[in-house]
Amino acid sequence: MVIGERKPFDEIMKMLEGVKKIAVMGCGGCVTVCLTGGHDEVRVLSSQLRMARDKEGNPIEIIEKTLERQCDPEYVEQAEGTASEVEAILSMACGAGVQFMAERYKDLPIYPALNTTFVGGSKKEGYYVERCQTCGECKLYFTGGICPIARCSKSLLNGPCGGSTNGKCEIDPDIDCAWQLILDRLKSLNQMDRYSSMMPINDWRTNRDGGPRKMIREDFQR
Amino acid sequence: MSDEFKSGSKLEKVLKSGQFAVTGECGPPRGADAEVIRKKCSLLKDKADAFNITDNQTAVVRMSSISSAVIMMQQGMEPVMQMVCRDRNRIAIQSDILGGAALGIKNMLCLSGDHQKFGDHPQAKNVFDLDSIQLINTVKMMRDEGKFLSGEEIKGAPKLFIGAAANPFADPFEIRAPRLAKKVAAGVDFVQTQCIFNIKKFEEWMKQVVDMGLHEKVYILGGVTPFKSFGMARYMANNVPGMDVPDELLQRMKNTPKEKQAEEGITIAVETIKQLQATKGISGVHIMAIEWEEKVGEIAEKAGLLPRPNV
Amino acid sequence: MSDFEPIVVAFCCHYCAYGAADLAGSMRLEYPTNLRIIRLPCTGKITPVFLLRAFEKGADGVYVAGCLEGDCHFIQGNLVAKPRVNYTKKLIQEVGLEPERLEMFNMSAAMGPRFAEVAREFVQRIKELGPSPLNKNYHIQSDAA
Repeated sequence: MVIGERKPFDEIMKMLEGVKKIAVMGCGGCVTVCLTGGHDEVRVLSSQLRMARDKEGNPIEIIEKTLERQCDPEYVEQAEGTASEVEAILSMACGAGVQFMAERYKDLPIYPALNTTFVGGSKKEGYYVERCQTCGECKLYFTGGICPIARCSKSLLNGPCGGSTNGKCEIDPDIDCAWQLILDRLKSLNQMDRYSSMMPINDWRTNRDGGPRKMIREDFQR
Repeated sequence: MSDEFKSGSKLEKVLKSGQFAVTGECGPPRGADAEVIRKKCSLLKDKADAFNITDNQTAVVRMSSISSAVIMMQQGMEPVMQMVCRDRNRIAIQSDILGGAALGIKNMLCLSGDHQKFGDHPQAKNVFDLDSIQLINTVKMMRDEGKFLSGEEIKGAPKLFIGAAANPFADPFEIRAPRLAKKVAAGVDFVQTQCIFNIKKFEEWMKQVVDMGLHEKVYILGGVTPFKSFGMARYMANNVPGMDVPDELLQRMKNTPKEKQAEEGITIAVETIKQLQATKGISGVHIMAIEWEEKVGEIAEKAGLLPRPNV
Repeated sequence: MSDFEPIVVAFCCHYCAYGAADLAGSMRLEYPTNLRIIRLPCTGKITPVFLLRAFEKGADGVYVAGCLEGDCHFIQGNLVAKPRVNYTKKLIQEVGLEPERLEMFNMSAAMGPRFAEVAREFVQRIKELGPSPLNKNYHIQSDAA
């Protein structure tokens, strides 16, 4: 899923300077699962904003709403009624959701309440880790199901570098050395031959380097 | 290894002649004053066959390795231009290779590069378009096939003697020799190892290297760094990733009176070189006297490596 | 601010603090009348939203009282509540309220005197902090989905 992290409260307050009535718009997708932009977080942030503004003697009126997903026009449409009542929408979706909202509600400022951080999963409840960098050319077949692009600090395809110590990355002792993990896996899978051949130079066109990407299912096009 | 020279650098000739090679290291300054390099050069001249010019080492901005290498050549010395994958994509890398070769640089060392987290610009975006092994392969392709990575022909292929680093001490240990094999397969001509303090572990690694026959395909130069003091030894043991300093060496430095520690550090370095000379598969030594360039000559002298041969 | 009588909301677990409050009553122990007790089936039910809403509605102080650690009727509800209370302290601090206005306490149903003591001490703490800047009626239009 896409992981987001709420922006610092002060930054959000600054974005809303001079605004009297907003909607705080949650998203029922990934950010609900990672506990940063769903129904509960909408209520928490709204409550905080009301308190902070009330304390300043400058109250703000807030409509709290959560859409099924903000990255889908079908659901974005459902914010229409709310959008017509407010001066701005504070979106608690990932960066994609914020932009889908902005595309649909052209005359309304849509502000981001989150920093979209990475594609990952939950190691345990409330603890999220990066697993994929969406490079567009999956190499997990060669690397024992562990991604060197997302998980090696230098994205080395023929690692490890010389800084791996006791299975940890040189940049942070809390980060596992991806190549240590890969080698351990390849060994236990009896696939060490996949390490000995050189991984060729990557074609980054499938990555963001090739420009913004799209994916089209032809059978859905009319 | 064929009779023809790959670049005809002095380093290549010394190694090829079977003589024990010596390389040193020279870090460019954090400024545009060429005089700093000239001064360092005057301390190092004739003390080794060639000298690595670091490329924004530890991700701290310094004068570029290409231009520093050119200044060094003007002093009549031979540089080994280092190049890291951290700061350049394949377009810039190939361009700098052509530029370096055009300016007369004949040795190049291919490195991944320290992560920018350790440097003075931790906010920087890193590149790592290629990794060190792919960089080796790129230089080899440019030199031997006369082709760019795109497959297009190079008009005037760069003649470079290709080097790489090898760290026998980093984890996981069991793939350290296979990793060298990968670099050999990619086309490396010589490797310089990480500073060797744990000679036992180094010999264990060398045994694997020799068993795999890699020493016949690549020249291996053992890395040697003299301790300036007990403090430095302790720092390297505890704070430098991938460094293996055994306790007995630390104790030896600790038990030496402070004013004699520098001398003891040099003695240890000389002993290490002697041991390396006796190790099968070792073709030379790479002396890294970090900000202590004036001692390279003394170490080489005491190890009986001076004068350097004329090739 | 000598005549300041704070509003303190106490979220009390049914299995311990709520019983302790009863016991304190039967023992005729005195504790401040500032408390507004809300009974929870377990402190594991508490969320930042509950706590923030209490402050938003003008509470000067809020505390959560759950079972002694290791004694939760639902095994670990009080251990769920503890980090949530600590997290909410940060949330109210962002808003500009003192984190000391929020606290978690642990007690058993047999600790009537402790219940009264906690109530007295906490109300005293809030008296010293003074009224919350949000202590007034506040109208919210809500369209929670």
